[in-house]
Amino acid sequence: MNARILPYVLILPVTLFLCLFFLYPFVLVSKQAFSTGAGFTLDNFREVVSYWKFPISMQNTLLLAAAVVPVQLALALLMATMVNKMQKGRDIVLYIWTIPLGISDLAAGIIWLAIFEQSGFLNSMMSGLGIVDQPVNFLSYQHPGVVFLAIALAEIWRATAIMLVILVAGIGLIPKEYYEAAEVFGASPWKRFTRITLPMLRPSLQTALVLRVILAFEIFAVVAALGGTLFPVLMGETYAYQFDLLNSGAAAAMALIILGISIAFTLVILRVLRVPKGATI
Amino acid sequence: MARIEIKNVAKTFGAYQALHDINLTIEDQEFMVLLGASGCGKSTLLRIIAGLETATTGEVWIGGRRIDNLSPKDRGISMVFQNYAVFPHLSVFENIGFGLRMQKLPNDEVTRRVERTAGLMHIEQLLKRYSGELSGGQRQRVAVARALAMEPDVILMDEPLSNLDALLRMEMRAELKGVLAESKTTAIYVTHDQVEAMSMADRISVMHQGEIVQAASPIEVYRNPSAEFVAGFIGNPPMNFLPAKPADSGKWAVAGQMMDGPGGGSASLKFAIRPEDLRLADTGFKAVAKVVEPLGAHLLVTCEVDGQLFRAVLDSDLKVKPGEVLTLTPQPDRVRWFDPQTTLAVA
Ligand SMILES: Nc1ncnc2c1ncn2[C@@H]1O[C@H](COP(=O)(O)OP(=O)(O)OP(=O)(O)O)[C@@H](O)[C@H]1O
Ligand SMILES: [Mg+2]
Repeated sequence: MNARILPYVLILPVTLFLCLFFLYPFVLVSKQAFSTGAGFTLDNFREVVSYWKFPISMQNTLLLAAAVVPVQLALALLMATMVNKMQKGRDIVLYIWTIPLGISDLAAGIIWLAIFEQSGFLNSMMSGLGIVDQPVNFLSYQHPGVVFLAIALAEIWRATAIMLVILVAGIGLIPKEYYEAAEVFGASPWKRFTRITLPMLRPSLQTALVLRVILAFEIFAVVAALGGTLFPVLMGETYAYQFDLLNSGAAAAMALIILGISIAFTLVILRVLRVPKGATI
Repeated sequence: MARIEIKNVAKTFGAYQALHDINLTIEDQEFMVLLGASGCGKSTLLRIIAGLETATTGEVWIGGRRIDNLSPKDRGISMVFQNYAVFPHLSVFENIGFGLRMQKLPNDEVTRRVERTAGLMHIEQLLKRYSGELSGGQRQRVAVARALAMEPDVILMDEPLSNLDALLRMEMRAELKGVLAESKTTAIYVTHDQVEAMSMADRISVMHQGEIVQAASPIEVYRNPSAEFVAGFIGNPPMNFLPAKPADSGKWAVAGQMMDGPGGGSASLKFAIRPEDLRLADTGFKAVAKVVEPLGAHLLVTCEVDGQLFRAVLDSDLKVKPGEVLTLTPQPDRVRWFDPQTTLAVA
């Protein structure tokens, strides 16, 4: 077959698939977001943005992403470096570390609820040790910091592994000779990490960060389980518009706002971590 | 002062013994070439000296200091890697300056040294490029420049010019040698190119299957190979061998000829002569010419003597046809003898 059209023929099936199951629903959602029954309008957007819960749920979502993603990145890098250094047992450790990936986000939220709730592990442990006289309700409006911390911990526990697997694969691709050369030319282990591993890992870092940041903006089930209505986030509000208030136009507008934020961050990440032409392995 | 002493170094990879009991001293400012066939352990020895591989047994000393337990950066060495290891994410400038940046030298000093070494390697016009935009030979020169920029006591080079074209290689060889002599650097240079070894080395160490067979000056290695392996490895084409049997009155019978040879009553020996030390004469070996190759400067004739392969380098004006029978006589003072049992030279 003609070499010029062959690539297009090869991506045709996936293009059709995406059009049917992604582009078409996307167009439908956009139509819903930009109309209230009488032609094009921005009313839905005006409505959701001016609602009093919008700024706080936006702030919570961004704060959570800002707290969780950097910790996950650091942890994933540390774990990936450790796994990569291992001779024996590497696969076992990797499997164990990735177990949380197999647990749904709601289940993960419930696991952490079992730890933090009034009759949970944390309370029994603390009263057992005599730190508190009677169980404390951590996940209440009196302890907003603890609620935030619980959600952040659950997210870190649940979703660090997705970055880990991407970074392990990326680190494994860096040829050993570069580390040897760096060592001979006087780079300490830390310098080898910052001057060799990090720059050469940029493509994997891009993928891991984009994936993780997008997922962070979509956080929902973990928050629902641990924070309930105490900690409103964008996705939770979208759900509320659709199923509690039965306002699908507003829900669609929220969905598009989340999409817009995700795209903006993706572009920033791709730009910051770009690899100059000719500088690939 | 950077005298390198390698004492009883051996290396095994699993069950495979890559190096057997290596003992070698490289004098301060000496240019030592490690020469040997692929897989004989040259890179392994170099990597042990650099600290990238740990010797199974043995010690390495540099400048009177035992260094085999130090990390590579504390050994006062720099290295040109066989596969270059030019960092793909850094420009040529930053590659050459990598070690200098690690030493936290001031910017203008880094620039000065990078530009100087890049000039020596003729890559000053490439400083802004990435390694993905370089040819193999250019990458190799970046690797050499990076090692030179460190101005080390000892430089370890693993086939640093293997990827250059013949002309550039000849030029680089001379320049590299000059630079290292001027900077009083002790150098270990790995190659499997004999011409390179002969032309650059103060001394050549010929390696074979993880052992150093002979370590001597180029002319010594060429004229007086200490073992049959060296004789058959060095020289292009290498030495000719013929079996010799003891004959009457202390002489040796070689392909029907009576020759003066070593005494000592050995049962048999091997006679050896370099192809260029043979002349056409009235008496000598009867050689049937098989292949005649005019090489410009001279004529390479591959023949058969007594059923053995035998090569002669003759004057290029001679007309020799395949099938012709030549009478070849060896130059007496160039004849060497080897003991087939020990494969070592016999005086
Ligand atoms: N990490 C390793 N594990 C197992 N065997 C190895 C390892 N490194 C080298 N060897 C073996 O040790 C022997 C010597 O290898 P080395 O790289 O030193 O050869 P060399 O003389 O540099 O060859 P070349 O001229 O092809 O570069 C080879 O047989 C090789 O297969
Ligand atoms: Mg090698």
